[in-house]
Amino acid sequence: MSGVRVLVGTRKGAFVLTSDGKRELWDVSGPHFAGWEIYHLKGSPADPNRLYASQTSGWFGQIIQRSDDGGKTWHQPGTPPGEPTTTPDGMPKGESNKFVYDASPETGKPLTKHQWYDGKLRPWEFKRVWHLEPSLTDPDTVYAGVEDAALFRSTDGGQTWRELSGLRGHGTGPDWQPGAGGMCLHTILLDPSDPGRIYIAISAAGAFRSDDAGQTWQPINRGLKSQYIPDPNAQVGHCVHRIAMHRSRPGVLFMQKHWDVMRSDDAGESWQEVSGNLPTDFGFSIDVHAHEPDTVYVVPIKSDSEHYPPEGKLRVYRSRTGGNEWEALTKGLPQRNCYVNVLRDAMAVDSLDSCGVYFGTTGGQVYASADAGDTWAPIVRDLPAVLSVEVQTLP
Amino acid sequence: MIRVMLPAHLRALAHVDGEVTLDVEGEATQRSVLDALEARYPMLRGTIRDHVTQQRRPFVRFFACEQDLSHEQPDAPLPDAVVMGTEPFFIIGAIAGG
Repeated sequence: MSGVRVLVGTRKGAFVLTSDGKRELWDVSGPHFAGWEIYHLKGSPADPNRLYASQTSGWFGQIIQRSDDGGKTWHQPGTPPGEPTTTPDGMPKGESNKFVYDASPETGKPLTKHQWYDGKLRPWEFKRVWHLEPSLTDPDTVYAGVEDAALFRSTDGGQTWRELSGLRGHGTGPDWQPGAGGMCLHTILLDPSDPGRIYIAISAAGAFRSDDAGQTWQPINRGLKSQYIPDPNAQVGHCVHRIAMHRSRPGVLFMQKHWDVMRSDDAGESWQEVSGNLPTDFGFSIDVHAHEPDTVYVVPIKSDSEHYPPEGKLRVYRSRTGGNEWEALTKGLPQRNCYVNVLRDAMAVDSLDSCGVYFGTTGGQVYASADAGDTWAPIVRDLPAVLSVEVQTLP
Repeated sequence: MIRVMLPAHLRALAHVDGEVTLDVEGEATQRSVLDALEARYPMLRGTIRDHVTQQRRPFVRFFACEQDLSHEQPDAPLPDAVVMGTEPFFIIGAIAGG
């Protein structure tokens, strides 16, 4: 019988939640990497046993973890326990957490500074990996979105990383600035119909697209309006919180911006607002139903200064029309005194026949719906604050 | 033989319990001890010192013999008691957050 594996990153470790296709009874494994912030973990679409995790600490920096057995055991790529600690030519291993910005004249174009909160320029400085996106076809290829914003790629299973510096170097980089959570590259979407096409999003710079596998990039922010920047219609500077697509229609994108829910029907060339009747169009997460390309989910959050659901009611909103018309999904979710947040990487869908929808909260709950959002139940209630949720649909 | 005490998170990364003992070639300094530590446990590279600059991470401190050695020069000799193995070299995660 098919099943699902839910990968949960939290402030104090990772958890793996598994169930069969009914999604009623759950096995909870964890905490893995106890005490560390796990910003994100995700499985390879090409090999469901291959998982990657971003483990970080303000004290000890970035660690990359990899599992080759579906999360039962983990190791830092290149340094598995019991194996030689040096390469054949005698060099120490341990490069899997080495993220060095490209500053070469040919590719990195010595881009070294970006905007800081006070409007001054500040040097680029690596802080952590926010998001890991495994290749759709090769388990050893994985992309990393990092803070300060840049895109890295590994083609050796996470052992070594190289920046795709055309993104930072394409010209608008000096105008990028951090959002409240830092200047992070948090979203990476790989187009299943075009191996060369990649979308990424940065807070607070905006969305960008590459059509040549990450070598060159262009901003795709036309139509976004942000009143909190000097030119509300600027080419970059928008605080995009998340973008999502459906595999069958990769030219259609949905975006949860700082404020506004947006849609593009031309691969990001232009955007239209589809916030419609949402109670507030601020939020972080957004995702698309696995089988219905026009069914979209968001979790409205009251405002940028009040990061909790409006009226203390935790409601997922679903549009079956690709935006503008939204319905509140409340069955099984707390409808009083609820003041948690749902962060940008903390919502996911499975691809079982009846699409499952999952999200995690800063209060440590992970909610699941096995009926596309009609009804919800908590899988767990008392984890550390949830940073990310991903789902693997298992054969 | 140099004795090194790692913080709990780094012991978990290195898959060790308790103290680590290291043979250090040449003079025992912060740099030579950390070089030996990272050669034995490469999974610790980047967690104590920056990969590129080799500077101590801001929230990591070095203590020994009831002294804070964090701001000593990397090539300054370590105290005799550390060199002799009668006292450990402590790598500490700074207390922050209350």
